[in-house]
Amino acid sequence: MIISAERKQSIERAVADPKLQLAVYSATARLKQKRVEAVSPAELPDYQQLRECAHQLKKHALENLDYYLEQFEANVLAHGGKVIFAQTGKQVGEFIATLAKQRGVSLLVKSKSMTTEEIHLNEALEREKLEAVETDLGEYILQLAHERPFHIVAPAVHKTRHDVADILSQKLGVQREEVPEHQAMIARRTLREKFLAAGIGISGANFLVADSGAVVLVENEGNARLCVSAPPIHVAVAGIEKIIPRAQDLPVFLKLLARSGTGQRLTVYTSFLSGPRRAAEVDGPSEFYVVLMNNGRTKLLADSSKRESLFCIRCGACLNACPVYRKIGGHNYPWAYSGPIGAIITPQYQGLSQDPWLPYASSLCGACAEVCPVKIDIPRILLELRHEVTREERRQGKNGLERFAFRAYSWVMRKPKLYAAAGRAAALGARLPGMLSLGPARLWASQRETPKPAAASFRQLWRQRQAGRLP
Amino acid sequence: MYGRVSLFVTCLVDQLFPNVGLAVADVLERLGYQVEFRPQQTCCGQPAFNSGYREEAQAVAEHFIRVFRDADFIVVPSGSCTSMITHHFFELFPAGSDLREEVEYLAPRVWEFSKFLLEVAKVEDVGARFEGVVTYHDSCHALRELGIREGPRRLLAKVRGLTLREMSIAEECCGFGGTFSIKFPEVSAGMARTKIESILKTGASTIVSIDSSCLMQLQGVIARMGVPLETKHLAEILASR
Amino acid sequence: MNGRDALLAEVRQALGRQKGQAPPPPPPPRIVIPELSLPQRLALFRSRLEELGGKVLEVPTLAAARQAVAELLDGPAVASNSLVLAKAGIPSLPRVVSGLRDAAALREACRNAAYGITSADFALAETGTLVLMASAQEDRLVSLLPPVHIAVVPVSRLLSGLDELYNRKAKPAEETSAMILITGPSRSADIEMILVRGVHGPRLVQVIFVDEDVE
Ligand code: SF4
Repeated sequence: MIISAERKQSIERAVADPKLQLAVYSATARLKQKRVEAVSPAELPDYQQLRECAHQLKKHALENLDYYLEQFEANVLAHGGKVIFAQTGKQVGEFIATLAKQRGVSLLVKSKSMTTEEIHLNEALEREKLEAVETDLGEYILQLAHERPFHIVAPAVHKTRHDVADILSQKLGVQREEVPEHQAMIARRTLREKFLAAGIGISGANFLVADSGAVVLVENEGNARLCVSAPPIHVAVAGIEKIIPRAQDLPVFLKLLARSGTGQRLTVYTSFLSGPRRAAEVDGPSEFYVVLMNNGRTKLLADSSKRESLFCIRCGACLNACPVYRKIGGHNYPWAYSGPIGAIITPQYQGLSQDPWLPYASSLCGACAEVCPVKIDIPRILLELRHEVTREERRQGKNGLERFAFRAYSWVMRKPKLYAAAGRAAALGARLPGMLSLGPARLWASQRETPKPAAASFRQLWRQRQAGRLP
Repeated sequence: MYGRVSLFVTCLVDQLFPNVGLAVADVLERLGYQVEFRPQQTCCGQPAFNSGYREEAQAVAEHFIRVFRDADFIVVPSGSCTSMITHHFFELFPAGSDLREEVEYLAPRVWEFSKFLLEVAKVEDVGARFEGVVTYHDSCHALRELGIREGPRRLLAKVRGLTLREMSIAEECCGFGGTFSIKFPEVSAGMARTKIESILKTGASTIVSIDSSCLMQLQGVIARMGVPLETKHLAEILASR
Repeated sequence: MNGRDALLAEVRQALGRQKGQAPPPPPPPRIVIPELSLPQRLALFRSRLEELGGKVLEVPTLAAARQAVAELLDGPAVASNSLVLAKAGIPSLPRVVSGLRDAAALREACRNAAYGITSADFALAETGTLVLMASAQEDRLVSLLPPVHIAVVPVSRLLSGLDELYNRKAKPAEETSAMILITGPSRSADIEMILVRGVHGPRLVQVIFVDEDVE
């Protein structure tokens, strides 16, 4: 496993930053606790059945994805919308920029979407001289601060209200305001004008419903509703993996999503959107586009042993549960997706050689899999990825020392006498047993005291015990 | 109830915490079991498996299978090593591979110590006495892969003189994670500190676990922090009188 | 090959599927409808919505609903074109704008209103939710732009929960371009996990259940 010096230092800085640690630990602890209550047997007796059902539905939808994509497309068309298939993030940006120019639009409003974060859509639109404004409160603050989301559900969880006060007063020129409620009202006022002036509203999609051609959005603030109701054009950008077969499958997913993410029974708003405003309807967008994006997803789809990585409904529960995420924070994950889910999908999308350390940044405690509402076996996938890393390193002749150590380990562990002798030698010589060479021992001791080697090994003591020589 | 039990003490206990192995043997013998130790045993292969070296792990696992293939009960004082054998051996030897059948035969014979006491020996009270206030640390693999949560607490509840106080985050990881502890030492130790701070609030003076690896990690950080806590394996508590 | 066909071909290749190959049957829908009497549904709805900071009134007649709304209003209001509101005579209350069929005019009215008044197609007891389907009667903005949302709902529309809703509306898209579920007032906890209401949508949701049917 290889990690860059910058990344290592950045991780060390995060762990040593008390302000960050407090902000992240307390927020995630709260979300964690709220989830536990929301899925408790008293509150949701069939929680485990719902998880299993959600897993099976996702599995079925993805195993037959081409069928459901076509069904989805046909239904969107039938309701007067359009579907765009995009192989790359770049194509998504190009489509939206072209559409904006054709319609004479220069201002776009956006609701929170990890998919558009993944492809840096805002930057792409900015390069085309288009103004794309994030409207989720947390995302808006981060856009002003030029930062990326720290958490997939609570994007600005690392910011204190004092940070927010600084950002708002510096970027908007408003008076410094320390109270979150007042800060939110500043955002409400500023963004309200943007909603009403924007020519295009961009959203992501929590679910794409095949039998309805519908985009489902869940949110709490109402900004997504505004994005898809006020402007004359709605463009939804979604990864192809967001498909579920039927509208009737939504209760299963909706019951799990908010409870797992924030501990709510349901988010404040759930929008089921199928096409542009219809003839009799009073308002709503007159144009409706769904951009179905690949951007590497077919690569994950092809690998049946890790395909379930695509089941993710982005609830964020695994981040809150993850002791490593809670220490190193969201910005130390190299891609848009952080936490356990980020650790398994980033290497699959971006290639293993980019950040081979990611699957190793885990104690394999399994807390993520325990809370995942769609039952993704994240630890198993981490282990698979580690295996792939070592194979890749072997091919490239990298990380030779570690490889040698494990080869030696494997050899010695099949030779009991040698193992016993080596163990004793290590106990006498270095202070840690077996294969830990000086390097590992030093790394251990950098943070903690080294256990005192036992005067005799168990096998030695056992012989004495059997001979009646132990007290 | 009397039968032969074969100990797999794990390499960590063998080399660093031999008293844990002796304690397991003491408890089992007091219950009437005949306890054997097969000196050919070494390790379960987990360090290599968890680091991504599957071929290396497989070789060690094969050795394990050869050593224990004819044992009726294999008792292990570690949730993590138990789970390696009962769960991950299946990944090392997928359906169709040579040793698959042996793994299928062996896995149900492998018992984590506390689970063996409760489900095979069917005892809760082993007649132990331990004066002190303890807290129980759920080790991750025992908890999440083997579903061990109440068992060790039930055993502790029957120990005379012992008071069990729960910490608020008993189920959070101690940060050990095998090579994770040296690949990310700051993160790993940070996790242990969080845990220890929560333990200190309970007023307990002893941390009990069924995994020596967690205890080694916690003990190492406790010593570095200089706080008055000690660590004990469940077997050591149950063996004391 | 165009982008669409190329992407679908890639998906098929990844899955080892053929073009036009039918999928195996999906797992059956999981719809579990609890048995709840009307008083139980009402009590549950009330406790759920109140927990979220919303308010619930129960009135016997449409006339009483009109009276209740009149007492709540203390500023300009917009009412949707809902039949329920019309039957209750709410559009004729002072300071209430209604009957808007032009999107631009509606938007202007909503922007300046202190109250948005709608009915709802359904309400869901288990979550304290209002269900609004966009139509000639219910638009999208009245329940969204004004800072207070008042919904007058015949109690016969109060269902147990999500499962019952999707059991009745297995394909909402056949009827509407937008089915919106509203569960309490707009909220955010994006800053230090401190709850703020009314971030973009209404800060208050007031539901008035009427024990009188319109049809
Ligand atoms: S992996 Fe599971 S727990 Fe994590 S965000 Fe996705 S759905 Fe939620």
